Amino acid sequence: MISSDISTVLPEIVLAVFAMGALIFAVYTRKDALAPTVLWATAAAFVGVAVWIGAAGGDANVAFGGAFIDDAFSRYAKVIILLSAAAILLMSQDYMTKRGLMHFEYPVLITLAVIGMMMMVSAGDLMALYVGLELQSLSLYVVASLRRDSVKSTEAGLKYFVLGALSSGLLLYGASLTYGFAGTTVFSGIISTIEHGHMSIGLLFGLVFIVTGLAFKVSAVPFHMWTPDVYEGSPTPVTAFFATAPKVAAMGLFARVLHDAFGAGTADWTQIIALLSVASMFWGAIAAIGQKDIKRLMAYSSIAHMGFALMGLAAGTEYGVQAMLVYMAIYVTMNIGTFAFILSLEKDGQPVSDIAALHQYAKAEPKRALAMLILLFSLAGVPPFIGFFGKLYVLNAAVSADMTWLAIAGVIASVIGAFYYLRLVYFMYFGEEGDALDKPSAPILWVFLMGSAAVVVLGAFNLFGIEALAVQAAEALVR
Amino acid sequence: METTILFAPLVGALLAGFGWRVIGETGAMVLTTALLFLAAALSWIVFLGFDGETRIIEIATWIQSGSLDTSWAIRLDRLTATMLIVVTTVSSLVHLYSFGYMDKDPQWKEGESYKPRFFAYLSFFTFTMLMLVTSDNLVQMFFGWEGVGIASYLLIGFYYRKPTANAAAMKAFVVNRVGDFGFALGIFGLFYMTDSINFEQVFAAAPHLAESNISFLWTEWNAANLLAFLLFIGAMGKSAQLFLHTWLPDAMEGPTPVSALIHAATMVTAGVFLVCRMSPLMEYAPGATAFIVVVGATTAFFAATVGLVQNDIKRVIAYSTCSQLGYMFVAAGVGVYSAAMFHLLTHAFFKAMLFLGAGSVIHAMHHEQDMRNYGGLRKKIPFTFAMMMIGTLAITGVGIPLTTIGFAGFLSKDAIIESAWGAHSAVGNYAFWMLVIAALMTSFYSWRLMFMTFYGKARGDAHTHDHAHESPMVMLIPLGVLSLGAVFSGMLWFSSFFGTHEQVNDFFGIPQHEVAADAGHGEDTGHGDDTGHGEAETGHGDDATDAHGEAVVADAGHGDGHEGAPVGAIFMHPDNHTLDNAHHAPNWVKVSPFVAMLIGFITAYWFYIVNPSLPGRLAKSQAPAYNFIYNKWYFDELYDFVFVRGAKALGRFLWKKGDTAIIDGSINGVAMGIIPFFTRLAGRAQSGYLFHYAFAMVIGIVVLITWMSLSGGAE
Repeated sequence: MISSDISTVLPEIVLAVFAMGALIFAVYTRKDALAPTVLWATAAAFVGVAVWIGAAGGDANVAFGGAFIDDAFSRYAKVIILLSAAAILLMSQDYMTKRGLMHFEYPVLITLAVIGMMMMVSAGDLMALYVGLELQSLSLYVVASLRRDSVKSTEAGLKYFVLGALSSGLLLYGASLTYGFAGTTVFSGIISTIEHGHMSIGLLFGLVFIVTGLAFKVSAVPFHMWTPDVYEGSPTPVTAFFATAPKVAAMGLFARVLHDAFGAGTADWTQIIALLSVASMFWGAIAAIGQKDIKRLMAYSSIAHMGFALMGLAAGTEYGVQAMLVYMAIYVTMNIGTFAFILSLEKDGQPVSDIAALHQYAKAEPKRALAMLILLFSLAGVPPFIGFFGKLYVLNAAVSADMTWLAIAGVIASVIGAFYYLRLVYFMYFGEEGDALDKPSAPILWVFLMGSAAVVVLGAFNLFGIEALAVQAAEALVR
Repeated sequence: METTILFAPLVGALLAGFGWRVIGETGAMVLTTALLFLAAALSWIVFLGFDGETRIIEIATWIQSGSLDTSWAIRLDRLTATMLIVVTTVSSLVHLYSFGYMDKDPQWKEGESYKPRFFAYLSFFTFTMLMLVTSDNLVQMFFGWEGVGIASYLLIGFYYRKPTANAAAMKAFVVNRVGDFGFALGIFGLFYMTDSINFEQVFAAAPHLAESNISFLWTEWNAANLLAFLLFIGAMGKSAQLFLHTWLPDAMEGPTPVSALIHAATMVTAGVFLVCRMSPLMEYAPGATAFIVVVGATTAFFAATVGLVQNDIKRVIAYSTCSQLGYMFVAAGVGVYSAAMFHLLTHAFFKAMLFLGAGSVIHAMHHEQDMRNYGGLRKKIPFTFAMMMIGTLAITGVGIPLTTIGFAGFLSKDAIIESAWGAHSAVGNYAFWMLVIAALMTSFYSWRLMFMTFYGKARGDAHTHDHAHESPMVMLIPLGVLSLGAVFSGMLWFSSFFGTHEQVNDFFGIPQHEVAADAGHGEDTGHGDDTGHGEAETGHGDDATDAHGEAVVADAGHGDGHEGAPVGAIFMHPDNHTLDNAHHAPNWVKVSPFVAMLIGFITAYWFYIVNPSLPGRLAKSQAPAYNFIYNKWYFDELYDFVFVRGAKALGRFLWKKGDTAIIDGSINGVAMGIIPFFTRLAGRAQSGYLFHYAFAMVIGIVVLITWMSLSGGAE
């Protein structure tokens, strides 16, 4: 029995062992001098595990009495998490080295966070959920304040920690309410309780508190306030990481809890999710207009995008989950490219994040500007780039779930949001003359920027077959 | 052969328009003209060798969508064959004429290239016109219809540096859109009712349409009447009939060869062609045809009055065209389609010639168009004078009364006037009198044009007069060729178009059934409802077979009406006796247009030769009447007041209030007022203080919990 449990969670165990091994190895050898090696090894491990998980396939396996679920849904999310984490790690090396931040703890912490995320998307029990969530969060608190000598970075870490603690408290409160009224912490138990009895007010409150805790993780309005400050304060690679893998994990967990544990009360939670979705889309779009820092801007952008992803969830259908999964994959792809671009912005060796620095960028770097233009258009949802198809997917899901009003709201919000993306394009191509930026050096950033732009363009043909995977994943989740 | 006729002009237009840099200016001109002459020669072969049997020549499948199945096809019957010779002959001659007329045009600077463009437009026009007349379904016809509209627009505005030319081009285009709207509605309606746009099926369904109703504009209408009326609206626009006529005089801003080709001989007759083509439908739409007769007769009268006092030589001829088109519509409206086509044919020759002659005069007078500055040109340009004289004799209708000897206009116009009388109806009588009076005025203004231009003393600029010169040979040859048509076309084809029923049937391919089988029946109807029959028989020797003719038509009509589309190019209902009545018209009817012509001639002679000061005095003493007709019955002013200003006011309202204030205003308000407000609010909310952030989260929870308690959890 235990051996089958172990084999189910083997990828996580392998990664955990790798993380501890790397930590000990580095501590007892040359410490930070080994950081690049550890970083590359970690990225390689991520990719290897991603391939392993991706190739595994097969039916759903349940381990530890239902606490851990390995199904098509979790595999889909894990592959995205692992690959995006690997990409961010590789992108961050140059930046971290230049700023003296290349500590060997960095890749190890990222690895721990990733293990937490994998745990989250596989959680089948409120306990497992909390363990995964906290493992992820604690690692991220540390990573956020990686730059210990910077006030902003420490402030970001502290804010994230305090608010994260608050949200964890809320989540725990919700979990305890749920346990109290359902008599079990296993998702399958909760759902059967609801199916046999009815959704008691206690369970309902438990649901709301759990949703609140998760909404904090996906930075949905009004639980988003930490996002801009943390994004701005953290070192840019960390920001890039925040914007990608944890969002996928939190969104996956969101879907998992809502459908596996509360799937019988769809009518109750779709309205809350729809409310969060509308608020996020509009707030993200409107508040981003006022931003002058590109990292803050990306924070609001991710808030708005989470609103769209939530729209898929709000549909409460299998198609909605599928739409959300496709949307997240597209979102991660676009963000990797965008952050590769942001990481390459330097002036006199210092990172630049003021959007005014983009003035006339296209003259100096026409190819990069073009790639960024494609990414921004895609983020704004302009056809024929894949960002458009992602939006189309979730709008479709909303419409087919009789939530046309939500879809219309989404369209309006995306029109508003288009403004600040297109303003960046405007700056790059038609801006005023300004001081030129440094010539970007790191080839790996170039690779990720161009690769991401190419995917955004070429994906329009068939989304690289990701739809079929998303269909399987959604089927596995919504039974 | 037919496809060659159809596509030769297109090939010419494309090569000249896009390839003239390769083949050179002269190359482009020669190529288009040569191809047109080829098309004309082939057309004459087709026309003369045509046996009257309708043929459909498929070129390609075009639209297949649901029950709509349409191909590009040529429908070759007598109507098409007639139009083919009219279009290609006039067009080829106009091409040739343009070699001389368009040479060294003062509108262009030295070295500018405009001639290949002009020739390409002319050839393009010819192609679309051929497309129109050869089509075997309504949509293909509409393609040609719009194609000639485009070509007309391009050619009226050919002198694009002249603001008036641009305005005239736009006016022609816009006014034609009004007509086309009706035409398009008619096509939609026919498709709606018959589920087909092919002529065969539409014609076959015509008797059925006459018995069905259609709901349009909240009212029930007889389907045949309504659809025929809508199609006629299209014809009114294209053929410049009253209310939609205002563009034609302005279209004279185009170069004169264009006026001769498009605005006299071919495009403007497309409306008449349409009515004749749709004769199987028209025959079942008595209301619509009555309307056609009234509009045609009124236009003939109205345009003639305006033509009396115009001073621009081209405008006189333009109003004359308008008036003559009215004649054709009367003939078609009373059901003698052959007479309409007859006048269309003869008119094409003599009116094209008059225009080209006028062009020759204008060319000689260095682009002076005001007749008040002409005079005494007889000696300066004798050949042009002779040609214009033939044209005038033709249009005024000179011939020997009660015989079939005379100039082309004599035969065809008299045929129409007799037909109008032969309708034996109130509208027919109205048309008859209107047309006779119009014939008088036609004679007057035509002779006035001749007298003012060629007789009397030279007025205007003496220098110009001294240098007036005969046009080059390329301009005179077309005149000569057309003059043959103006003299002989009437006499040659009188019996084919307006002979006995049998002759007409034979010419148009309407089957001649076994006379014996229905002879008794035919004779009965023939005698039964025509009291003038006996009297007419004595008057006309060649009418002896009339009764048979009727019987034949009666039989054909009955036989075909219930089986399929009527055979033949035109269709005359068995109850339609107008053609025969016309032949049996009393002599005073037949002589009346001749008398009117004589009166017109004598008046003109009196006014402009004997007593040249009289017109001026008359204009002064009868100032209100004079101003009324001089200003074209104030149609332009009325339209300007009602439509143009109304449209402008509406446009300005929608622009200023609708677009700028409401749409732009609200969008700007949202984009520049409301959203920035929220952006600032969001900025302020993002204070950086932890407790604010925590507070927001708590508020969020409170809201969600409240929401859930009130809605979801309340169960």
